[in-house]
Amino acid sequence: MPLTDSLRDDILASVPNLRAFAISLSGNGDRADDLVQETLLRALANIDSFQPGSNLPAWLFTILRNLFRSDYRKRRREVEDADGSYAKTLKSQPSQNAHLEFEEFRVALEKLPQDQREALILVGASGFSYEDAAAICGCAVGTIKSRVNRARSKLSALLYVDGAEDFGPDDTVRAVIGGGR
Amino acid sequence: MKDAKPPTNKGGLNAEIQSRIGHQLRAMYDDVVRQGVPDRFADLIRKLDASEAGDSQISNAGDFKKDGRD
Repeated sequence: MPLTDSLRDDILASVPNLRAFAISLSGNGDRADDLVQETLLRALANIDSFQPGSNLPAWLFTILRNLFRSDYRKRRREVEDADGSYAKTLKSQPSQNAHLEFEEFRVALEKLPQDQREALILVGASGFSYEDAAAICGCAVGTIKSRVNRARSKLSALLYVDGAEDFGPDDTVRAVIGGGR
Repeated sequence: MKDAKPPTNKGGLNAEIQSRIGHQLRAMYDDVVRQGVPDRFADLIRKLDASEAGDSQISNAGDFKKDGRD
């Protein structure tokens, strides 16, 4: 369909989610924004192939994911950015403890295989249905489900391997550790 | 009244851990979403829009059209 004003506005409105997806995938804010820019250019250049009434965010996410995967293959041998540049893209400075916990989570997320990470993000954070996530990743719904489950198990093992102690001084945990005192 | 054992289920993931993971994932994601649309992208769309309206000056984006589909 042609690029109408409302379609253009809808594309722009998808940018925050595209950025969040790109950053979660790449762990790098600068690269993520380049990825979003390329996604927008490609979407606009191919706007004729977008079916009116179909899911615009899913279409855009598909483009971004494909770009990321081809980009990722190219860069695979390059040294990974290990200095937490992701955290620098954040506006708010979390407190020290929250920051530490956040960093641990980010590092754990990056340890997941790419297939599992993207499935978990699409379903668990972007809010896509399993069906939409399957369409975006070009695989079966059952495959997405099992990737999400494996991602959760692995994160759980990475972050909470010692069980309740890693939860920190949380009320529930205190109750459990303290035997309900 | 002791409930000293952390609840675990057969799958090995207890509900508390699952919800914590979900919460952290969304917190990380939403932090970026809340940043809105950086000027860079609003400007980009505006420029492309303008060049399209001013006929086919869109040669840069046009490159994508050629190899846009695999």
